[in-house]
Amino acid sequence: MEWESIIGLEVHVSLSTKSKLFSGTASTFGAEPNTQANIFDLALPGTLPAFNENALQMAVFFGLAIGAKIGKRSIFDRKNYFYPDLPKGYQVTQLDFPTVGKGSLTISLEDGTEKVIGVTRAHIEENAGKSLHEEFTDQSGIDLNRAGEPLLEIVSEPEIKNAKEAVAYLKKLHSIVRYLDISDAIMAQGSMRCDVNVSIRKKGDNKLGTRTEIKNINSFRFVEKAINSEIIRQQEVIEDGGTIIQETRRYDANKDITSSMRSKEVANDYRYFPEPDLLPIVIDDSYISSIQSALPELPDAKQRRFISDYGLSKYDAGVLTATRELAEYFEQVAKKCGDAKSAANWVTGSLLALLNKDDIEIIKSPIDAERLASLIGRIKDNTISGKIAKNLFEIMATNFSSVDELIEKRGLKQVTDVGEIEKLITKVLNDNPNQVQQFADGKEQVLGFLIGQAMKASQGKANPEQVNELLKEKIKQKR
Amino acid sequence: MILDKSEVRKIAQLARLHISDADVDEIGHRIKEILTLVDQMQSVETKPVEPLYHPFDAVQKLRPDVVTERNNREELQKLAPKAEMGLYLVPKVLD
Amino acid sequence: MIEKTATELSRLLSSGSLSSVELTRAYLDRIAKANDNLNAYITICEESALEQAKKADERRAKGFRHPLLGIPLAHKDIFCTDGINTTCGSRMLENFIAPYNATVVEKFEDVGAVTLGKTNMDEFAMGSSNETSYFGPAKNPWNIKKVPGGSSGGSAAAIAADLCAIATGTDTGGSIRQPAAFCGVTGFKPSYGRVSRWGMIAFASSLDQAGPICKSAEDAAILTSVMAGLDNKDSTSVDKPVEAYSATLNKSLKGLKIGIPAQHFRDGLSSEVERSIKEALKVYEQMGARVTEINLAHNHLSVPAYYVIAPAEASANLSRYDGVRYGYRCENPVDLEDMYKRSRSEGFGAEVKRRIMVGTYALSAGYYDDYYQKAQKIRRLIKNDFDRAFEEVDVIIGPTSPNTAFDIGAKKDPVAMYLEDIYTIAVNLAGLPGISVPAGFSEGLPIGMHIIGKHFEEAKVLNVAHQFQQETEWHKQKPKFGLED
Repeated sequence: MEWESIIGLEVHVSLSTKSKLFSGTASTFGAEPNTQANIFDLALPGTLPAFNENALQMAVFFGLAIGAKIGKRSIFDRKNYFYPDLPKGYQVTQLDFPTVGKGSLTISLEDGTEKVIGVTRAHIEENAGKSLHEEFTDQSGIDLNRAGEPLLEIVSEPEIKNAKEAVAYLKKLHSIVRYLDISDAIMAQGSMRCDVNVSIRKKGDNKLGTRTEIKNINSFRFVEKAINSEIIRQQEVIEDGGTIIQETRRYDANKDITSSMRSKEVANDYRYFPEPDLLPIVIDDSYISSIQSALPELPDAKQRRFISDYGLSKYDAGVLTATRELAEYFEQVAKKCGDAKSAANWVTGSLLALLNKDDIEIIKSPIDAERLASLIGRIKDNTISGKIAKNLFEIMATNFSSVDELIEKRGLKQVTDVGEIEKLITKVLNDNPNQVQQFADGKEQVLGFLIGQAMKASQGKANPEQVNELLKEKIKQKR
Repeated sequence: MILDKSEVRKIAQLARLHISDADVDEIGHRIKEILTLVDQMQSVETKPVEPLYHPFDAVQKLRPDVVTERNNREELQKLAPKAEMGLYLVPKVLD
Repeated sequence: MIEKTATELSRLLSSGSLSSVELTRAYLDRIAKANDNLNAYITICEESALEQAKKADERRAKGFRHPLLGIPLAHKDIFCTDGINTTCGSRMLENFIAPYNATVVEKFEDVGAVTLGKTNMDEFAMGSSNETSYFGPAKNPWNIKKVPGGSSGGSAAAIAADLCAIATGTDTGGSIRQPAAFCGVTGFKPSYGRVSRWGMIAFASSLDQAGPICKSAEDAAILTSVMAGLDNKDSTSVDKPVEAYSATLNKSLKGLKIGIPAQHFRDGLSSEVERSIKEALKVYEQMGARVTEINLAHNHLSVPAYYVIAPAEASANLSRYDGVRYGYRCENPVDLEDMYKRSRSEGFGAEVKRRIMVGTYALSAGYYDDYYQKAQKIRRLIKNDFDRAFEEVDVIIGPTSPNTAFDIGAKKDPVAMYLEDIYTIAVNLAGLPGISVPAGFSEGLPIGMHIIGKHFEEAKVLNVAHQFQQETEWHKQKPKFGLED
């Protein structure tokens, strides 16, 4: 039987405001437990919420970036449930009137085509605290530092067809949020979290199947694996004559399976109602246009510009615009060295390999844009060969001297003196009479070997083109 | 208006209130009386009426994004029934 | 001297013939004698009160002036007070000491009023008789077998029996005005949004409003001008300038248009109360006011709508009392659920639990439209009635409560108790200012007159109340309570 899957994502992004959503408590990551939990955050009696203007601005910023309809009148609601990490016994969120309405974003698929994924809505809400289970027996410790941090929950339309698309969507979202600088969006730290809704149906069916929700997946890779594993599970259940139960599941990365989170699923009844301690948020066109004017160039536009201005391939432009920092790095290198294509090759090749190897962020790159640009410059002016440049690049990763200093100190300058190169070649030809004979017998492949020997003898410093030319000349004379 | 024992228990569960078997009827009866009073509302047609959630039209004020609170954990945790190592302690949370 | 109004005491203090320390001591003596019988206070702050009084006298010596400087004050135990217990009348908060002051408390401290203590109240302000207090009911000084009204019953009783000069209260459905009526004192609920709710423990957020309970409208004007004003800590607090309420108290009422709601003079209204209010209206007519009948057609639905909206909001507002971060936690919970349920069931009293249940029900799946949303629609109709009426009249006058104070223990049926608030609740739903002033007696028990104004026309309401008190002596009557010794 042929199946198709339908996936929807709910992504929570922590907004990087200085203070919490409704209180003046700091909202930074990694503080000692409960040192960022003050009277409002602890829901002490008589405390009231005061809405952070920056959270609103960031939400509208995001909305405009995905071309969404901005809610001119958004309303906070209370979502009621008891949990020790939820101090008020309700979460303040936006149910019917979110700040960000319908929008969309475009993802690139592996076959090079593009697909538009609809965003149903994005709403502002409070984060909950954390329960820690390890430290104590029979008890849990509650840390409320996170409680009341501003979140933007971004809900996609169920238009995602498979795990790869889901990851592409998530990466795009990550990229936009980072471009806007409204969140750290670090999945491992929980500043970006993802819940996935998965359902399957027979190919061609119009009716949606029953969906399950996989909660709190904390890396792009696990999102992909969790979806794939859940799709297979659902297929097996149905093919064995079973039915899918609407439930919340968790993904176990070690076993690569999803499992039900609640054996006795009690139907939640959140008893939403408009939050009476807050009034409707009303924003006008001038507010929206002032935020619109602050919108930076976004990844899609930047990618298009890189293709047209720098003549890059779509793929390279895509790689280079994945984050704002990487794009900025590339443009600096390109401008300084005056050769965008070389810059793109170096950044997408050696530099990313270097960074990825040790999981280093571009802003912490040991080779800054300035140094990479001068490295490329020295190749272009024939000071060093491409091969030497590769070696030099490795050196630059741990030695922070300037490129010229390194070339000088390590004697890496390319040899272009014809006399010196001729000397080398003469020696190589004398040392390898067999190969010279083979060449004379018509076995032209040995030329490569001889060039290699000459380069080796020069410790890679000889200009390879000159070596090539002069060697051909000399060996012909010998014949 | 139907409000049987199971419904009373369901509401009590949502509200995290414990109701003893002895009290469930009495409480159900009282709530039913209140709901009977409340049901007088159904005598008016309100379809075209906009709900009024606040007594007058006002819009939300915005607070500048500034940190104004300082860590006061030691004082605040004196209020707690049980706190250790800076954490509030509760019976084990199972999800 | 403890029977005097704050206005009168202020004159004595500024003339130098009386110190705040002397005055404070006099009230503390009175409290020591009378509170055991009256149960008006939950907490008495003798030491800190005398300290504050001393400081007030020092500030006066340095030239600081304010009508409330050195005046002894009682706060309803719903306002958080830094370092002093705030119980909200509940076992849940029996040992709770807030680490901060309510904005209202802060404002009184700023002008140098002296806090004598915290007054008794219905638990979480849910009640009309003070009987739901975990600390036992306050008594009515006019007859200690009677309730003082509620929920701000402790404040009203304390004012009536001179256990303080001025007091604060809160009013969600009549909780300032009804006890003021039952105890024969002046109680004013300003417009919703006029006084900050920060630090005032929430019952029903869209209805709660703080106000003064005191001995005259003149005092109420002073107190309101201190309490009112924008507070950025309360999003529902209104950014409108606070008027000089005392300055307009003596404006003539000539040509004042008074509306009399037909619905406030119907079944359930005792004939004695009706007679007193009609007498009072004659006083106004003699001052040149004109009285016309108005129609508040949906008034009868105010109690039903209120008993959805208030419990619904309360059910969420009271979810924070879970035994985790502060407040009561049950002994030896076996698991998390047990901790929640027993802490809340043992910490809350019967009426609070009942309202949480009703509110939870009204918001639960399948009932929201028929209850919560329906109630908010009716609320709109009620407000529209007022808006229409106020196109014709300047103020609306009627009885505060259909009856005088009832016996402690007499109203076993919650619904019968709820209906006692039939005249006051609509005012909260519409967010209007309303005052209760003494207007007569029936069998030795005070009767309250209710004056309702337009949004943010606090000045007008106080003016109309004050003018009545210039012509009548009802507000000067004192119960014989505790005076025998």
